[in-house]
Amino acid sequence: MATGTETTTRARVRWGLLDLLVVVFALVPVLWIASLSFKTPGTLTDGNFIPREWTLDNYRTIFDTDQFVRALINSIGIALIATLVAVVLGAMAAYAISRLDFPGKGLLVGVSLLIAMFPQVSLVSPLFEIERQLGLFDTWPGLILPYITFALPLAIYTLSAFFKQIPWDLEKAAKMDGATQGQAFRRVIAPLAAPGLFTTAILVFIFCWNDFLFAITLTSTERARTVPVALSFFTGESQFEDPTGAICAAAVVITVPIILFVLFFQRRIVSGLTSGAVKG
Amino acid sequence: MSINATPTGADVTAEETTRSTGRHATVPTQRAGRRKPPLSENRKAERKLGWLLCAPAALVMVAVTAYPIIYSVWLSLQRFDLRFPDEREFIGLENYVTVLSNEFWWTAFGVTMLITVVTVAVELVLGMGLAVIMHRTLVGRGIVRTAALIPYGIVTVVAAFSWRYAWTPGTGYLANLFSEGAPLTERASSLAIIMLAEIWKTTPFMALLLMAGLALVPEDLLKAASTDGATAWQRFTKVMLPVMKPAILVALLFRTLDAFRVFDNIFVLTAGGNETSSVSMLAYNNLIRGLNLGIGSTMSVLIFVTVAIIAFVFVKLFGTAAPGSDDGERR
Amino acid sequence: MADIVLDKVSKKFPDGTVAVQDVDLEIADGEFVILVGPSGCGKSTTLNMIAGLEDISSGELRIGGQRVNDKAPRDRDIAMVFQSYALYPNMTVRENMAFPLRLAKLDKETINQKVDEAAKVLELTSLLDRRPANLSGGQRQRVAMGRAIVRQPKAFLMDEPLSNLDAKLRVQMRTVVSRLQKQLGTTTVYVTHDQTEAMTLGDRVVIMRGGAVQQVGPPQELYDHPRNLFVAGFIGSPSMNFLHAAVQDGGLRTGLGDVPLGDRVRRELEAADAPRELILGIRPEHFEDAELVDDDTRRRGLEFEAPVEIVESMGSDKYVYFTVEGERASAAELEELAADAGASDFSGAGSNLVTRLSAESPVAEGQSRRVWFNLEKIHLFDPTNGRNLTLHEGRAAGALAD
Repeated sequence: MATGTETTTRARVRWGLLDLLVVVFALVPVLWIASLSFKTPGTLTDGNFIPREWTLDNYRTIFDTDQFVRALINSIGIALIATLVAVVLGAMAAYAISRLDFPGKGLLVGVSLLIAMFPQVSLVSPLFEIERQLGLFDTWPGLILPYITFALPLAIYTLSAFFKQIPWDLEKAAKMDGATQGQAFRRVIAPLAAPGLFTTAILVFIFCWNDFLFAITLTSTERARTVPVALSFFTGESQFEDPTGAICAAAVVITVPIILFVLFFQRRIVSGLTSGAVKG
Repeated sequence: MSINATPTGADVTAEETTRSTGRHATVPTQRAGRRKPPLSENRKAERKLGWLLCAPAALVMVAVTAYPIIYSVWLSLQRFDLRFPDEREFIGLENYVTVLSNEFWWTAFGVTMLITVVTVAVELVLGMGLAVIMHRTLVGRGIVRTAALIPYGIVTVVAAFSWRYAWTPGTGYLANLFSEGAPLTERASSLAIIMLAEIWKTTPFMALLLMAGLALVPEDLLKAASTDGATAWQRFTKVMLPVMKPAILVALLFRTLDAFRVFDNIFVLTAGGNETSSVSMLAYNNLIRGLNLGIGSTMSVLIFVTVAIIAFVFVKLFGTAAPGSDDGERR
Repeated sequence: MADIVLDKVSKKFPDGTVAVQDVDLEIADGEFVILVGPSGCGKSTTLNMIAGLEDISSGELRIGGQRVNDKAPRDRDIAMVFQSYALYPNMTVRENMAFPLRLAKLDKETINQKVDEAAKVLELTSLLDRRPANLSGGQRQRVAMGRAIVRQPKAFLMDEPLSNLDAKLRVQMRTVVSRLQKQLGTTTVYVTHDQTEAMTLGDRVVIMRGGAVQQVGPPQELYDHPRNLFVAGFIGSPSMNFLHAAVQDGGLRTGLGDVPLGDRVRRELEAADAPRELILGIRPEHFEDAELVDDDTRRRGLEFEAPVEIVESMGSDKYVYFTVEGERASAAELEELAADAGASDFSGAGSNLVTRLSAESPVAEGQSRRVWFNLEKIHLFDPTNGRNLTLHEGRAAGALAD
């Protein structure tokens, strides 16, 4: 008995050390950029991991500039709208794929798989030209459209996996209990699918929030430029003497929502990613 | 009440066939109601509803990908430079000759391939380790999973800045790790840092896909293997890996194609300097910096073709393990 | 409440497979009918067609005298209990049971009253505010039943409602279902693959195979007078013993000795197209330890001696397994039954004989033992079509009947 507990303690310590390694590996770059964002201009280049002097000036600076605030609004607005549309369209398609039998279903699944693997940079040149002609270049819809497109496969896969988990018998039972197709969906399926919709929304939001390639090629001014792109342009701006602190502060600001999602919805994100990606 | 108690010999064989097919048809009672004879009203309504529900998603996806890719083939056959719009003309495959005989293209292609192969290989090993830790750790499972999700969720550009400042002489805590001088101004060390940034960012995603595969390995199977005298390593290679094979292949496919698109990290870390451009970076530079739509589109088409070839090879090699191919069976 | 009539009902899938073929069945008002058969026999498809969850390819279905082929499930006024219970996980027990009533737009008071009533019948009153996730298997099953009975439908359809329960609970719930059905007097169609449920629950049992009805009748009738080999083998546990028998000199040569034949069977075998090989069927309880048989009884049967393989003492009696030599009986039906039991490739050489002997028998493993069997209770089957040759006007009469 004594040796038994001893080995489990040792095993616990060993796993604990491995855990620690993972946590350090994952967190160091994030902590580093956060640390830089709190450094004063004087200590910015001291190479110390932890700030010697703390300041919030960098945050004040970025929120005082139109450039950043405007980009933040663009980022939030574009990501939210794209997420909403992608989840709604994705839920419709996923419901059909997981529950109905119709010709062309296989094709749709195939097409969305192809798009998931599509090299986005291949679209950059033609979209640049097409959007210029259509007047979509440097507008919100100009970014929202490609975001929806590339988020749809993710949404369809994750949601189909969720819909498939809802037992078919429940719908049959609802029909036997006297429900129409619409009532069965509204009162039985939809409430059960809500967690899946929420999880999918988080994943799609992260995808849109993260994009850099489309944002940098399909925008040219503050009208639609998102934060990741604005960040990369801080470098050359003359209004910041040394943009490092401002860049880091802005970087921390757009990382906060991600950290919050991860902290509160870890379980959902993991289940969403794994159920959608690997099909048992 | 008609009871067929005295069938003839011929009836027996007929019954025999209906029995076997009948079994096939009725075992999955779950799917009852979905399989209906053709032309029934229900069936038609179901088809219509299916199409109606899928149409918006399908339209958006096709409009934003299929049309542009065709358009880009058309653009790639033209001389089309926005700085000299008057010189626009059809020139056949000349752009392809220009690109494919250009040493920058091949350098970028080599860099992209190198990054793809190295990062995916390293991620597979690290990701497997991380997956095992996330799946089996005795303590702090939630903490590990949460921590591992941070690199996945974080904006690539943010992470890239973090690495850039970490290696910048004077500012960074890593800058003086290996030598004096600036690592991001030399080709080899720049590429290494780009790969490090890629690996940091995407290993968790790889690990999550692999963890889904790990979850499919029945606990009893591992117990049986250890009572049969298998060592931990043997259990891993002989029991876990075979069961996980489909998950590993899916993870490899997705990550390979994703790695081939590398752009954000290079843009922030080196901006393509010191011959560290990837093909995406090069296409971007020709389009936005050079405003050369013809050449940019040519590169787009070439990248598309390359990715298609990689995907094709994967699917050929792994056949049915590719995702989606089993979709008909899984409902 | 209503009767249910299936008139040449068939189900054909788009890929051409026929799941149900020309099923004729009249279920009287208030009757409890069991559909039973091995998996894939079409029993669930038949039930789904009655429910309206599956289209009928041809034939007619009438409920309460009205053709309902084209009616949606909700317009048929029937309730269904599923194998998986199909309780709505997002609703409490009360909400689950009230769901069909709310869809029928009843007023709140009536709904509550009806739900409380049904809950009382099923002893669910204390569980009404729980969610399905917090219930045990048996409780969930009862909620599923409750949801079916609240609206007092014309008929209940039950699709293997007990098969997800453990053995002990299943026996308990069996009596609950039975009592409930008698109490409510509602027409019930019950699908199961378990022949014990089929024997104990229903007024009548319908045995299906390959989409076709094999025999319909009260349980005891199916047991005593099976029309064919399939029914004989399917009903009964342990199942009927089947032995190969060769027709020779007006008698039968079998692994248990030569069996004499009565006039009737002999006449039948004299026909030109009569089979030369038969399958002999004997139920386990028609054997007895030869020592324990009185002379009067002895005359009605035959004796043989065989080595004892295994003895299972059940207290009230003994199951004794013998090995007998000779060819094994073979027929498509038997293979199918074995496959359904999952034992198609798991039987030794020679024939195995299962017998049920009196508890007083001093039989022991490893010994040889003399055993008697009753010739009046044996069945003879034609292996080519499975027909029971001993059946006369629907009654089995044994080998000796004149």
